[in-house]
Amino acid sequence: MATVVPTRPWRATPQVLATEAAGLAVALVLMLLTLRFTGFSGPLAAALLFIVYATAISAGLEGRRRGLRAAQDAFVRALLITATVVVLLPLVSIMWTVIDNGRAALRPNFFTQDLTSASATGPVDQGGAAQAIVGSIELVGFATLIAMPLGILSALYLTEIRGRLSGAIRFLTQAMAGVPSVVAGLFVYSAWVLGPGKGFSGFAGALALAILMLPTVARTAEEVLKLVPEHLREAGLALGGTQWRTVATIVLPTARSGLITAGILGVARIAGETAPLILTVFGAVAINTSMFNGPMSALPLYVFNELKLGLDMAYARAWTGALVLMVLVLVLFAFARWLGGRKTR
Amino acid sequence: MADNAVQPRTITTTPRTSDRVFRGIVTAGGLTSLIILGLIAIFLASKSHAVFSTFGWHFITDATWNPDDGTTMSTGQYGIGAMLVGTLITAAMAILFAVPVAVGLALFMTHYAPAWMRTPLTLLVDLMAAIPSIVFGLWGFFVLMPIAMHWSELINHYLGWIPIFSVPVPIFDRSPFIASLVLAVMIVPIITAIAREVYAQAPRDHIEAAYALGATKWVALRTVVIPHGRAGVVGGTMLGLGRALGETVAVYMVLNLVYAVNWHVLQSAGGSVASMIVNKFGEATPNEVQGLMAAGLVLFLLTLVVNLAANLVVRRTSRGA
Amino acid sequence: MNDLVAKGVHAWFGDRLVLEDVNLEFAHGTVTALIGPSGCGKSTFIRTLNRMHEFVPSAKFAGEVLLGGNDIYASGEDVTRIRLGIGMVFQKPNPFPAMTIRENVLAGPKLARLKVDDKATLVEKSLQQAGLWNEVKDRLDDPALGLSGGQQQRLCIARSLAVNPKVLLMDEPCSALDPASTLRVEETIDEIKHEVTVVIVTHNMQQAARVSDYTAFFLAELGEPGRMIEYGETKQIFSNPRDNRTERYVTGQFG
Repeated sequence: MATVVPTRPWRATPQVLATEAAGLAVALVLMLLTLRFTGFSGPLAAALLFIVYATAISAGLEGRRRGLRAAQDAFVRALLITATVVVLLPLVSIMWTVIDNGRAALRPNFFTQDLTSASATGPVDQGGAAQAIVGSIELVGFATLIAMPLGILSALYLTEIRGRLSGAIRFLTQAMAGVPSVVAGLFVYSAWVLGPGKGFSGFAGALALAILMLPTVARTAEEVLKLVPEHLREAGLALGGTQWRTVATIVLPTARSGLITAGILGVARIAGETAPLILTVFGAVAINTSMFNGPMSALPLYVFNELKLGLDMAYARAWTGALVLMVLVLVLFAFARWLGGRKTR
Repeated sequence: MADNAVQPRTITTTPRTSDRVFRGIVTAGGLTSLIILGLIAIFLASKSHAVFSTFGWHFITDATWNPDDGTTMSTGQYGIGAMLVGTLITAAMAILFAVPVAVGLALFMTHYAPAWMRTPLTLLVDLMAAIPSIVFGLWGFFVLMPIAMHWSELINHYLGWIPIFSVPVPIFDRSPFIASLVLAVMIVPIITAIAREVYAQAPRDHIEAAYALGATKWVALRTVVIPHGRAGVVGGTMLGLGRALGETVAVYMVLNLVYAVNWHVLQSAGGSVASMIVNKFGEATPNEVQGLMAAGLVLFLLTLVVNLAANLVVRRTSRGA
Repeated sequence: MNDLVAKGVHAWFGDRLVLEDVNLEFAHGTVTALIGPSGCGKSTFIRTLNRMHEFVPSAKFAGEVLLGGNDIYASGEDVTRIRLGIGMVFQKPNPFPAMTIRENVLAGPKLARLKVDDKATLVEKSLQQAGLWNEVKDRLDDPALGLSGGQQQRLCIARSLAVNPKVLLMDEPCSALDPASTLRVEETIDEIKHEVTVVIVTHNMQQAARVSDYTAFFLAELGEPGRMIEYGETKQIFSNPRDNRTERYVTGQFG
């Protein structure tokens, strides 16, 4: 038989595409003319004018081709594209400025030295954020040690025990996710720093971070434990295992990579927290490895305190701190995504 | 008849000791969130009751914050009125900016974007939610603020006759307007994530029914998808509101805290309970620290109510439909 | 006079050809049944007739579909106007959940921004045609989801009729209904066929025999795309099929 070529007649024809491209070009020219002959200036004004002209032209073209309803459709589509661009612009801008400004002080000494010997106005090849990096690792590690077991227990209650309190616990975990981080810090300050802790310490910070981490871990862990097939549990029980043995030898190992994802998402959630650390670990210029003895530093605190100095060299260090922090969080996030994606596939 | 009716037997199980211990531990773990929330309320309340007994409702309504001389609470003046009003103003404006953009983005992602673009867009939005708030603060201060000050001047120039856009003292940096822009950028991903989910769940057969009746794409979305997602978007918005109310360091960097209620949103004077706690914390007298605890308690209760309401709404929608 | 003509219709999903060279003409005021085992392409075919096919992202198409002589796939055709002329009733009843019975009937004109002078008359006429009027006339402002499944499906028929289409496509409209409701829908089809050309996909051969004037038998043989095997008057297809595959299907030997 004669070969029939598959087509997509509903797609825009080259002619329509060409008209649209021409419309955009006209919008561009109009935008340049407006910039040239009126008071508008700057890239944002340019973008705004271009969006307005392009929207009007594309709606007009559609309207001429297919009528008023099609014009309205084109107008809405242009608005939605605008909304998307409006969200992506700050994201790109944030990434770009952090990378661009963070490069200056990104030197080996940033990772190996602390700030004891460097003056605030000193060049960026002296001193670094070693104390903050060590502090962040310790704080996040301790917080994870506290929050992971509690979060997984919470999730186990919801998926294995399924008791009368399930609804309430799920609800309260959600509510806990909304506790402002500064309130968590204030709570630990009042309950630990002013009380048994006798002053600022890494441990106090870890407590505050654990409060913020717990809901993330609990919620994600519940999701992954729910994915463990019911028949696996029944198989375990039918073999004569107790519930405890079934959970320990079948349910948890099955969900292992998902639980790791839960932990990583929790870490990503707290690694950049600043406010609670201001109230609990305070900040320091020297490395302090002891969790229980006096203030220590952390990356977000380092950024915050350098910023407060209001000096150029300090700003440079703050940007580099932000860069390291952001790369850390994004790597964690990507890793969690990758683990999660691998599981579902 | 009734005598012969078959009665169900009661089946009882006596769990092994190991299981009883297991269930006990898991239940205790499950109660953590309840315990922590309770402890937060109890500790903040117990450390701050002196503030409430000294100032009563004036702590909420008065705008002045003057530290005491270190002797008794009543030698100072502690009122978070201006901070509270400022928090509400900036959060409300942030919602105003963020919701239309987030809804538009979510609609684009679910129903307009070509298939290859959807996953990267979702990833980018999730990634945006993961950026630490101090990075938003840095960017807000160094990048957004100079631009937004220019916008402020323009708005003031053309719309200054509207009272809230007037500026008694022409200083435009660190204003509620700028703080709300930064907050908006921070909460857009939260609202988008939830809106995207509810819009994606809109029933296909109803969308097709609308198309079969001759609806254009936008009309089909407006008739089927947007009503379907309404409650979810409301819930997501309230989650975003909760985040905006409690945000600390990002706001701290781009907002000038002034202890007087200020409705001129373009002016360099605003309030934020969360930022104030960090701001005053360093050099606070012992009595003043109790005032900060009281402020924390108010913020805690405020966000708790907003979040509980948000979760109720979101949950009702995910169950319905 | 033929309202709707399909000429050499081919359909693909991705690179897979699922429907090959279907040529069919639907005469005014007739009911045509499309029958065949599942996966034979009959649902795909009916969705090419009002351009719902293109909602599958990987979909491709070749051929022509003429409505009143105009190719609905011609570039520059307004697809929303085409769908106004070719209504569709789906497998599952899908009244708009947030709307009342009355609002559902009026949804079409509202969605397409058509001006309706006398809404009450339009509502009554459409519901009459769909055989639902007597059951719902006292509760037009009740939510549509309060109706039974069969009533919902007839409401969907009324909704499609309210925009006054030339053709009504029905994609297995009774597969989710009980026998009594199925009968009511079949009566409705009998009522409306004088005003609107009906094309109905069904896997129920008795239904095809009861409601249709013409029948087309579709079949996809193993590894082959769906093809139209035989077309003719319904009586002939069921009593004296020309192709032995049709005979084996209508006598229940496979499918």
